[in-house]
Amino acid sequence: MRRTSGIAVIVLLLALAPLPLVVRSQYWQHFAIVTLYLALLGQAWNLLGGYGGQRSFGHSAFFGTGAYAAAVLQLRLGIDPWACLPLAGLAGALMGAIVGGVSFRYGLRGSYFALATLAFAEVLRILADSLDITGAGVGLQIPLGQTAANFQFATRDGFYWVMLALTALATAAAWWLENSRFGAELVAVRENENAARALGVDATRIKLGAAVLSGALCGLAGSFYVQYYLYLDPRLAFGPEVSVTALLVPLIGGVGTVLGPLVGALVLRSLNEAASVITGNAPGLNLVLYGVLLIVILWGLPDGLVSLGSRLRLRRGRRELRHA
Amino acid sequence: MLEVTGISKRFGGLAAVSDVSLTVPAGSITALIGPNGAGKTTLFGIIAGFVSADQGSVRFDGTEVLGLASHLLARRGLVRTFQIVQPFAGLSVRENIAIGCHLREASRARALAQAAAVAERVGMGALLDRPATSLTIAGRKRLELARALATGPRLLLLDEVMAGLNPAEIAELVPLIRGIRDSGVTLLLTEHVMQAVMSLAERVYVLNDGRIAAEGRPAEVVADPAVIEAYLGHGAAARLAAQAGGAHA
Repeated sequence: MRRTSGIAVIVLLLALAPLPLVVRSQYWQHFAIVTLYLALLGQAWNLLGGYGGQRSFGHSAFFGTGAYAAAVLQLRLGIDPWACLPLAGLAGALMGAIVGGVSFRYGLRGSYFALATLAFAEVLRILADSLDITGAGVGLQIPLGQTAANFQFATRDGFYWVMLALTALATAAAWWLENSRFGAELVAVRENENAARALGVDATRIKLGAAVLSGALCGLAGSFYVQYYLYLDPRLAFGPEVSVTALLVPLIGGVGTVLGPLVGALVLRSLNEAASVITGNAPGLNLVLYGVLLIVILWGLPDGLVSLGSRLRLRRGRRELRHA
Repeated sequence: MLEVTGISKRFGGLAAVSDVSLTVPAGSITALIGPNGAGKTTLFGIIAGFVSADQGSVRFDGTEVLGLASHLLARRGLVRTFQIVQPFAGLSVRENIAIGCHLREASRARALAQAAAVAERVGMGALLDRPATSLTIAGRKRLELARALATGPRLLLLDEVMAGLNPAEIAELVPLIRGIRDSGVTLLLTEHVMQAVMSLAERVYVLNDGRIAAEGRPAEVVADPAVIEAYLGHGAAARLAAQAGGAHA
């Protein structure tokens, strides 16, 4: 059943490919791009935090590393922006290896791991704020050059297809976890690390692998962000907003599921959009909204929105039992 | 197959295990018994790579393995179970056992298929798709055994697999464990249930206060005054002998 649901998700993503040919509105194209971008960040977090149970509070460390890698490499070294995309993924993976390597080597679990990732993100933010190569507090601006060869598109549909491909990649990674030894061992480590070790699972290596995978996907998201908004500063790259978004998306949709981050991204983006229409874009209000949403979800649907169907079935089953 | 020599472990001021030596011959069932707190689980932890030792040596198949991480020991074929059961709570019985199969099987589909075969072998075939959390304590003990068995071990350390079971469940488990030995797996087990030890073990070591108090065949060991005193207190052996003498008179 799981296998088919994973394939269904990928088919759905591919079916979304012609969307910008149908929907020409710039507003809705932007909406779709940002939703997919949120899904990518959320899925990246989900691989480590959902399947692996290593809940990070500092995924901006990976995102920001990828974003700065993409921006610095093309601005300072003149590397092709397209080539910067995989290099940003590599940089994110490397940061995943560093953060994971240090944390897991010293056995940090649960909230200790979360705090360590937060600390890494903060240290990187301060570094980016003070180094010349990252443009310090002023940030980095990518010169405008709207051609596809430049990884900047004059219309949004180009960005949409790149984003869709990246999100499909992240979704495929989650699907692979559900159908591979690596994924099964990762889930085993989440459920009971000692038992997994006793059965021959190298828990440290498995967790590190998940951190590298998660970091790589965040790095790709970072590169995309730079090309889409053409501006980067330390707060955008390493600030708490990305970290919170990355964990909120799967928490809303359903942690440790293929579909969860996609659902979570759509819900979060829609609410955010609705709120900005109502409140007129008051700064910081979206964070208040995130907080309220998180409380409601954790209180009412701790397994996320994807668990709604099975919960309703369960309730109906109970009611029928009572009437029988 | 397993030679433990002079193992000692202190936790602060407490000597949990002092200068313990024992050997487990290949193809045998060896039991380690002793009252609560004697150091059995600590010794198991040391042999299986979960607890570090202060001194001593553990040789498995003739090579020193003390200090090796537990997952490396499992790859060599030395696998333990836990006294306090440690199921992967969110997973089904089949998925639980498949983690053990994955030690020697990379394919997910084949590991899941092997898991079903292992479940049949330990009598859990009907429970394959049940969540591990829905199992009774006897079911969880069996799952613990099944997962360890699924790794294809050569030496299996069973930490009180009978504890908490009723006599009927114990009676089912005894032939199962004997069957595992007959399939070529060497067993070292700790146990409180003497009925099981008496019928299963070929050799028994008695651990008391972290030291080996006695060793021998089961029938010899239960008659040993040092063993009776370990369980029932100082002077108990003499009192029992006196009572038995009185009854005969």
